[in-house]
Amino acid sequence: MKKVSVCFTLNGDSVTAEVPVTWSLLKTLREYFELTGAKEGCGVGECGCCTVIVDGDAVNSCLYPIPEIEGRSVVTVEGIAGKEGTLHPLQKAFLENNAVQCGFCTSGMIMSAKALLDKNPDPAEEDIRTSLSGNFCRCTGYVQIIEAVRRVAKGNT
Amino acid sequence: MSDYLYVGKDIPRTIEADKVCGRAIYINDLKRPGMLHGKILYSRYAHARIKRIDTSKAKKLQGVRAVLTGYDLPDVRVGFIKDQTVLKKDVVRQFRDEVAAVAAISLEIAEEALHLIDVDYEELPAVFDPREAMKEGAPLVHEVDARGKPVRSNILPLPWKFQAGDPEKGRRESAYVVKDDVRTTWVNQGCMGTSGCIAEFDMNKNLTLYSQTNVPFLGKQRIQEYLSRLGLGKSNVRVLNPVVGGSFGTKLDTDIYEFIAIQLALQTGKPVKILFTREEEFFALPPRQPALFNIEQGCDREGNLTFREVKAILDNGAYTSWGATTPSVMMMPISSLYRVPNVRFDATCVYTNNIYAQAMRGYGNPQATFAVETSMDRLAEEAGIDPAELRLINCNRPGEETPMRLKITTCPLEACIKTVREKIRWGEKRGKRNGRGVGMASLIHVAGGARVYKSDGHGIIVKVDQNGRVDVLESGTDQGQGSPTVISQMVAEALGFKPDDVSITLGDTSLCLWDAGTHASRHTFMAGNAAIQACRSIKRQILEMAVEFIPQIVTYAIKKKKQKDPNFREPDLDWKLVASPEAMDIKDRYIFPQKAPDHPYFRTEVSEILTRGLHVGTGQSRVVIAEAFYDPPTEMLDREMKGNYSMTYAFGTTAVEVEVDKETGEIKIVQVFAAHDVGRAMNPTLVKGQIYGAAYTGAGYGLTEEIQVRNGRVMNANFRDYKMLTAKDVIPVEPIIIEVPDESGPFGAKGIGEPGLVPTAPAIANAVYDAVGVRISDLPITPEKILSALRKKDVC
Repeated sequence: MKKVSVCFTLNGDSVTAEVPVTWSLLKTLREYFELTGAKEGCGVGECGCCTVIVDGDAVNSCLYPIPEIEGRSVVTVEGIAGKEGTLHPLQKAFLENNAVQCGFCTSGMIMSAKALLDKNPDPAEEDIRTSLSGNFCRCTGYVQIIEAVRRVAKGNT
Repeated sequence: MSDYLYVGKDIPRTIEADKVCGRAIYINDLKRPGMLHGKILYSRYAHARIKRIDTSKAKKLQGVRAVLTGYDLPDVRVGFIKDQTVLKKDVVRQFRDEVAAVAAISLEIAEEALHLIDVDYEELPAVFDPREAMKEGAPLVHEVDARGKPVRSNILPLPWKFQAGDPEKGRRESAYVVKDDVRTTWVNQGCMGTSGCIAEFDMNKNLTLYSQTNVPFLGKQRIQEYLSRLGLGKSNVRVLNPVVGGSFGTKLDTDIYEFIAIQLALQTGKPVKILFTREEEFFALPPRQPALFNIEQGCDREGNLTFREVKAILDNGAYTSWGATTPSVMMMPISSLYRVPNVRFDATCVYTNNIYAQAMRGYGNPQATFAVETSMDRLAEEAGIDPAELRLINCNRPGEETPMRLKITTCPLEACIKTVREKIRWGEKRGKRNGRGVGMASLIHVAGGARVYKSDGHGIIVKVDQNGRVDVLESGTDQGQGSPTVISQMVAEALGFKPDDVSITLGDTSLCLWDAGTHASRHTFMAGNAAIQACRSIKRQILEMAVEFIPQIVTYAIKKKKQKDPNFREPDLDWKLVASPEAMDIKDRYIFPQKAPDHPYFRTEVSEILTRGLHVGTGQSRVVIAEAFYDPPTEMLDREMKGNYSMTYAFGTTAVEVEVDKETGEIKIVQVFAAHDVGRAMNPTLVKGQIYGAAYTGAGYGLTEEIQVRNGRVMNANFRDYKMLTAKDVIPVEPIIIEVPDESGPFGAKGIGEPGLVPTAPAIANAVYDAVGVRISDLPITPEKILSALRKKDVC
């Protein structure tokens, strides 16, 4: 299969990957870089379990063609904790607020929330709900997830 | 208030920190060296004869390691009543019938190989409506039963017949009677993690199955049985649970794909992984059992229920899984929600060529409670009694035995009804018919195990190392409910250690003891009771060591002090304070005399004692370990389908306010109050999480969710067309935790995993009626159905 070589920034590191041209960013992250935090919940951009941040925007990495990643900056859930393993405020708030149950949607949920807070540090509940509306969760009913994001937004953690 | 240190506290789920860092290993993430990828070819028809299967092209494809069809496998039947084989040969009976399977070195090659398998079918007449399927002359889904005997009907040999009291007499004595037809539909469990497993044999044909099952031991038993039918009776089976991306009923049965992975692994001698796509998750997994109810009930002039009679028809689909047993749970609300002396319930399960169904959160309870609670509202109207009042008149009470012989222990149902009635301002809002309305519904559910199997037992092993780290080998599984956190709280409380000291190992059939499974909202209840027993023994062992070692430690410390300071005066110690295990206790890792908790010499950190116990140096060293097996004194249902199958029952009431747009039929949920009897909340934040999640899924059940099955085919096998509620669909749920500690529960706890889902849909239906005066008895309550009902009403 025809391969493509791409250079991009991944969680702050400059990386190169040579993968089949048909691969998605999700597949590249999971198979090539063994970063399995982003999950495939549907593979067609509906559930949001694969959400990562590309150049500041939350994207469904399952739909993102790998050639498009050239020169861009990708942040995954593995790249947001502090260097000494201190959790990102969102990660901490998710645990403390029971915003995690089965956890399958969590990586994507946190990345969507992070993309929002990076742009808008004090969003209204409506903004949070809109930003997370592409991330499905079957366990929590979203309530404690939204509360967790609000707690970070208000800088309470 | 209790003086518990950890139980009842909002301990955060830090034990699951891997999940927020993307490090938790789900089946999707798991790889084994040399692993192959398996894919399944499904039927192209709802009912057809297989004339020919040609796998030769697929077998020749580079990278393909095995291609199997039903003709390659021994005729071993699997399933609840053994009515199917792993791969189907001769006849397919539904679109999800597994016709062939491939193992290849990559997923892409496996997928390509499926396209190269050529199957010739001859279509057969099919039947999709269970009422049609019951009729004489309907096409038979199965021509023979599991024993090979010819069958004449599509009706399953699983009659559910229940009667208590005299329903005819009850009907005669009724002042008011209502009758209704109610329909509930197929609903997908919607786990975010799709289904999958890895099967791996060693050279001695011992199998390790990485399975998402929530019944590891029953799963092991089924697989062990299957292997022995293949002539591998000596193989050991080890079932291991990875982190599971949701279950909600899907992991109750050992699914066909698991047997297929096993067959492919046997064939190839390599580990084989099968991982479902979302589409497969929708069409090739058994969804919630649909049901058609005919419900009739009555009351006297004062509103006392006189009788309730329910007939149910269950579309079993082409094969039998746990869906066919949902009547055992439907029976609970039908016989025991509110006090009703005369009850009859008949359920008929019918084979059709539709997808077969099984359980989902709440089992058959949401279906039956939808029928009972919408009928209660109808009866209230007929009798001219406020619906909340009618429920209060017939409210279950502590200490009563229901017609099904359920023994009600604690029962704050009255408090639940009154609380939500007040919260939603029932009196002020009800009966306006101005597009805004309120409705309520209650529930009863098992909350202290459920004796479905002869053993409803649960085993636990607790061990403590010399540093005071506690390992709990616990037979249940965690599909997201937070069991590791709650169990660590209960263990810490029972031992006198800290939750941080406790590590939990779940779902490993080789390490853990038997458990009937993490279903029926039973995990906290069972694990807690088992943990309390085991921890009692552990505590005793530690205190016995303390009796031995505290004097040594203290004497040595005094000797040291004397050496350092010749003027040191030896204290006059009362050694009786530490002379027996009974005289001491442990709290927060400190051993202390009960009579002098802060004793300056005797108060000792546990690891000091544990370390001495392990390193004695005389051949007398010991480890601290205990196991416990808790099997509650409950009953299986008897021939009359009666029996107290749970130690305790949970109650709850949900009140909903809706706004219905008469022009568009759209429903807006304005507020939801969900009051739940939880015994004692082990972790209130986690309890609320269960209620929020269940209420949300319940709202989806009420409003949007339906697997569209047309002539046996699932038409909406994706999230675009199957409407699950999202963060944008605001359902403002306020959970209300009602605590009346139950004697049989660990620290007073009852199960709370499923209840939140049960009353939500009927409460919505009742609120819609209050808002616009139309009753929708057919789930989901869509805008189209409301508009059509409104139109009909206008015409009348």
